[in-house]
Amino acid sequence: MNTEPFGTLSSRTVVLTNENIDTDQIIPARFLTTTSREGLGKHAFNDWRYDKEGRDVKGFVLNRIAPTAHRILVAGKNFGCGSSREHAPWALTDFGFRAVVSTEIADIFTSNALKNGLLPVVIDQASWDLLAARPGENATIDLEAGELRFGNHVAAFNVEPFARRCLLDGVDTMGWLMGRMPSIEAYEKQRAA
Amino acid sequence: MSSKQPRTLFDKVWDAHVVEPEAEDRPAVLYVDLHLVHEVTSPQAFTALNERGLKVRRPDKTFATIDHSTPTLPPGANGKRPYVTDEARKQIATLEENCHTHGIPLAGWDSPNRGIVHVIGPELGLTWPGSVVVCGDSHTATHGAFGALAFGIGTSEVGHVLATQCLLQRKPKTLRVTADGKLQPGVGAKDLALAIIAAVGVGGGTGSIVEYAGEAVRALDMEGRMTLCNLSIEMGARAGMIAPDDVTLDWLRGRPRAPQAAVFGQMAYDWLRLHSDEGAVFDREIRLDASKIKPMATWGTTPDTGIAVDATVPKGATERALDYMGMKAEQTLTDMPVDVVFIGSCTNGRLPDLRAAADVMRGRKVKKGVRTLVVPGSEAVRRQAEAEGLHEVFLSAGAEWRLPGCSMCIAMNGDFVQPGQLAVSTSNRNFEGRQGPGARTVLASPATAAASAVMGRIADPRPFLESAA
Repeated sequence: MNTEPFGTLSSRTVVLTNENIDTDQIIPARFLTTTSREGLGKHAFNDWRYDKEGRDVKGFVLNRIAPTAHRILVAGKNFGCGSSREHAPWALTDFGFRAVVSTEIADIFTSNALKNGLLPVVIDQASWDLLAARPGENATIDLEAGELRFGNHVAAFNVEPFARRCLLDGVDTMGWLMGRMPSIEAYEKQRAA
Repeated sequence: MSSKQPRTLFDKVWDAHVVEPEAEDRPAVLYVDLHLVHEVTSPQAFTALNERGLKVRRPDKTFATIDHSTPTLPPGANGKRPYVTDEARKQIATLEENCHTHGIPLAGWDSPNRGIVHVIGPELGLTWPGSVVVCGDSHTATHGAFGALAFGIGTSEVGHVLATQCLLQRKPKTLRVTADGKLQPGVGAKDLALAIIAAVGVGGGTGSIVEYAGEAVRALDMEGRMTLCNLSIEMGARAGMIAPDDVTLDWLRGRPRAPQAAVFGQMAYDWLRLHSDEGAVFDREIRLDASKIKPMATWGTTPDTGIAVDATVPKGATERALDYMGMKAEQTLTDMPVDVVFIGSCTNGRLPDLRAAADVMRGRKVKKGVRTLVVPGSEAVRRQAEAEGLHEVFLSAGAEWRLPGCSMCIAMNGDFVQPGQLAVSTSNRNFEGRQGPGARTVLASPATAAASAVMGRIADPRPFLESAA
């Protein structure tokens, strides 16, 4: 669990304009036999990055960038649809991403990403169009302000307030939920009665 | 909340499970009645518990099985299961160890109850109407067929439930899909689901819980309802629900983990009142005429690309999807040659699914060169199918009859489609590479898949059913 406070992220973007990028593309199922959450970055977008012989697909953008300088993934709508595998955000963060920007991001992926220090940023279509048209753009994501800034443009975004607070303060959600134990015990008692 | 305010089925189940209500700054704490666990999405959650020295809070509300990484071929001459890798073998061993350590019941290799998690939950009577069911698997929506609120969660949340039996959740929106009229002969729950997904779109259900209603839904058997709810995630909805009725109660009564006879009547009385009240408001409503639906098949790489099997691929279809699938706009689907047919999965691996496929294949042969894999959803389905002689139908047609598991649906156990091959599959996802790198998947019903196996191309099952009748 990533409990490092998020703060402000300034980085260059990587753009994948495809819509409906599902979690099978982000991390194919055959890599899910692992019992660890580490080391999945080398298989992030595996079947787009490597050919049948395991060689780099030359034109593919993730093979052409330095991940440490490109921490913002800009992707087409309905990003992260499909399976509930948390291996998807694990693979993306291990690769180097800290934020995904789209006009729509799938529910379970959003929930998983927020628990792993990967910020899902949903912005309006016009802003997305501008950003997607400038691959490699320097962008700043300010979680406290709820703003994505690039060039002269500012796009507002919302993050579920509790998850936002957890990210900003580095709160551990499991620990917080453990703290609700008196309520949970009371609920169980009342149901049993 | 006033009891007079009309509520939806979803509202009633949600309200009954709120441990702490949501507020501006925090989600609701929601209680979980049943937590299903499998080998793929649980190991890191158990590690998180172990690192904190935590115990599983309610092993009595937790149930585990092995299904995703399990080989569907029996042990070889050396007595060893033919796992795809040592890592897969280790993943199963890890779950066995975690279940042992934490006292969680496990339907493992030696259990007569083993099978795909969403097949065995209902089969064992673990899934109750009005309950909250979660699992680290997006097809958990299946259990909504019983009027449960059932949804998939990530591994961090698996850890939350193991440790606290609760989840932090924002209340989702509601979408009611009403299917009026009767489904035509040869058209089943899978076709209805693909038609609904095509209407709503692959992301159209995001943020919503779907309630399925209407004459066509009420007329479905429980297995059909499970197929329908199972596919809710394919339009982005985390859960699908159907109000419990007599069909639900009759299916559940007497199952090993269902309420015992002495209390079943009282519980049944409560369950029948879970339906959405007259005047309950949904955030969104969709109606469709089920009598117009034909057998469906998908042409693209998202599950919302279903069209009638006798229709043509739409003009203006996404280039990338067409290229990947080897299809052309305006071509007839039934012109497409088929390399592989897969019948099984949590979507269509239950007994009526296998019967529907067998009805098409009985006395016929699979077209030469078409690899046809039939994989029952559970050991119980396998036993029953074999008692009815369905396996003989498949084997004499030239299909393979395998051990239960997810198999070629997720293709992580060694069962996969070769690059460039086209598979007609009764599973749930036609994403690029879902059934293996470069594999092309056409989603369809068991009857359509079986007809396609016999014809060696994508085929309409209806002529087969007419001649069988």
